[in-house]
Amino acid sequence: MTQLQVLLFASYADAFGASTVTVTVPEPATSADVVTALRTLPGGNALPAAPVIAVDRRYTRGVVPVHAGQEIALIPPVAGG
Amino acid sequence: MIRCAVVTESIDPAVLLAEVTTRATGATTLFVGTVRNVNEGRAVTGIAYSAYSAMALEEMERIACEAAQQFDGVRVAMEHRVGLLVLEEISVAIAVAHARRAPAMDASRFIIEELKRRLPVWKQEHYVDGERVWVDPTATPVPVSAA
Repeated sequence: MTQLQVLLFASYADAFGASTVTVTVPEPATSADVVTALRTLPGGNALPAAPVIAVDRRYTRGVVPVHAGQEIALIPPVAGG
Repeated sequence: MIRCAVVTESIDPAVLLAEVTTRATGATTLFVGTVRNVNEGRAVTGIAYSAYSAMALEEMERIACEAAQQFDGVRVAMEHRVGLLVLEEISVAIAVAHARRAPAMDASRFIIEELKRRLPVWKQEHYVDGERVWVDPTATPVPVSAA
């Protein structure tokens, strides 16, 4: 098992009550493991079926490997402009 | 030429226009997004914008680069503001210049549409009644009369 930090923003940060959370996931870990772990935390039920994840400030598609040292972020529905 | 920024202070569109305009650019477009007073039928007093700033800046630069690839020769300067904005304040401004008007206008439209779709920026609307709600463009709007 390994611990990963996840950045949260906007409505997700409100739901979890924090802008960063730490999750414990199996090794090697995937983005799906991160979401599964997040759902077990208070506020996790606010997440949609397939939340968008960014790794190192780029959007990911599908399930991708993740590891400590990467910048992992959950991206709520965007509303810029 | 590409310059992008996420800013916390007021955006001055004249600065962006001056940056992209040269002797060789015969056409310059300026898109300005401002805070409007009503959304989905509810009176708005302001919008608090927040961002994943590091990624937002990189995403703006990726979008601008894509525009430059599609519309060869465009010059782009754009800023997105974060923080609490009151009515009529500028939340985003995009200046695009090119030798010809069609690429300038098409690139401007491309950029704002991609920003709306991809930029990790969020807005929390502040309503007259004091309620604050995160805007979710993916949610089905609920008419106020049915709420």
